[in-house]
Amino acid sequence: MRKLALIFLALSLSACSITPWVKPYERQNLADKVMESERDEVQGSYIAHVYAAREGQRGAEGGSGGGCGCN
Amino acid sequence: MLKSVRIILALALTITAAHAGVLPEDRADIMYHRYEGGGVTIDGPSLLIRKSMLDDLSVSFNHYVDNVTSASIDVQVYASGASVYSEQRKENAVGLTYLHNNTTINFGYTNSEESDYSAETASFAISQDFFGALSNLSLSFAQGDDVVRMNNREGGVITSTDDIGTVDRNNYRIAFSQVATKNLVFNATLETITDQGFLNNPYRKIRYLDSDGITQKDAPEQYPETRTSDAFALRANYFWPWWRAALKFEARTFTDTWGIKGKTFEIKYTHPFDDAWIFEGKVRQYDQTAADFYRDLFPYENFQNFMARDKEMSSYSTFGFGAAATYEWKNIDFSFIERMTLSLYADFVRYQYDDFHDARESRNGGAFAAGNEPLYEYDAVVTRLIFSVYY
Repeated sequence: MRKLALIFLALSLSACSITPWVKPYERQNLADKVMESERDEVQGSYIAHVYAAREGQRGAEGGSGGGCGCN
Repeated sequence: MLKSVRIILALALTITAAHAGVLPEDRADIMYHRYEGGGVTIDGPSLLIRKSMLDDLSVSFNHYVDNVTSASIDVQVYASGASVYSEQRKENAVGLTYLHNNTTINFGYTNSEESDYSAETASFAISQDFFGALSNLSLSFAQGDDVVRMNNREGGVITSTDDIGTVDRNNYRIAFSQVATKNLVFNATLETITDQGFLNNPYRKIRYLDSDGITQKDAPEQYPETRTSDAFALRANYFWPWWRAALKFEARTFTDTWGIKGKTFEIKYTHPFDDAWIFEGKVRQYDQTAADFYRDLFPYENFQNFMARDKEMSSYSTFGFGAAATYEWKNIDFSFIERMTLSLYADFVRYQYDDFHDARESRNGGAFAAGNEPLYEYDAVVTRLIFSVYY
């Protein structure tokens, strides 16, 4: 999965000379409130904290993290 | 950091800006949160206030409280005296966001305090829109300094506190978002975290078999003093134009120097109704393999240099599903308020452990021999109620 993502990143970064294929007036769907990754920031960081405190994995969550003695 | 990531980072930093970004919305949120599961109840408030100023700055403040009442399996197995303890954790966080054309810079500071643990985290992030605002690259770094202490209790009352050690943490994150079509956005996030110091819970113990091969005895856990982990997540948000709904997908992998491997899959569906309601449902699956030095029961004392019996270090899986509903008020009489929302989120999570046994069943006259107890599992319910004002 990581190799696939790195190829995707490299292709995206190399396409700077291409005209944007989604014009500004075509982006209303992307700006719709249902498309927000997290409508409520406080609950997004909270549920990420709930998972991180009870799982061995950490990092690459949707929001930012911090420390606590929650183990 | 990985060589391939450094190459991509160098490429990204040469790309120039082309489009303006936006500051986060001004809002005030008050949330009540509650976690109940595995003999643990944690609830409390969280208050977030965010305000923009001077057209290019946004400041935020968050005050968060955990009120903990714990009769977890670890407390019941290892704690002497009271079988339930109460604790409170308070966390304060401030953030500053600066916007310049298509570049966003974030500074953050978080402080967490409880009677036996203090944590400070400072973070910096820079985010750049480019390629006609179809792409976004962000880099962030966070440094944390923790102080670990241990409370001595008699009858559930703290009688003294001992200093145990410190933890230094560094987080390095790179994230890339790409608009693929009018209805589809992808995101890839890679984060490396390094820890150094006292990394285990001072209250938790391992158990081992005595020389008779039957009697179980306890000893303090022994963890490595360093840990490095890598997590990689792919996310996709798809807008369903026929229903004006959204489908979100997340896949995340994790690996670290302790031998733990984790995989997460989550699907979320968001559906609006009647222009004032938003409903959401999600399903989440997590699977994890055990740390190299984890065992439920060690064959003898001092079996190896590092030994852990933390169930979060074991092999296990979780399955969860959740639902949410949000109602929005739009026509507000107060002049400075644009809109208000009330949201309720509820999640149910089942934890099933593959190599962590319920040691309560072999102690105090239990019916099972050590190591042959039933595997441990429990359910948790996580609830959030949020009232938000946008101004």
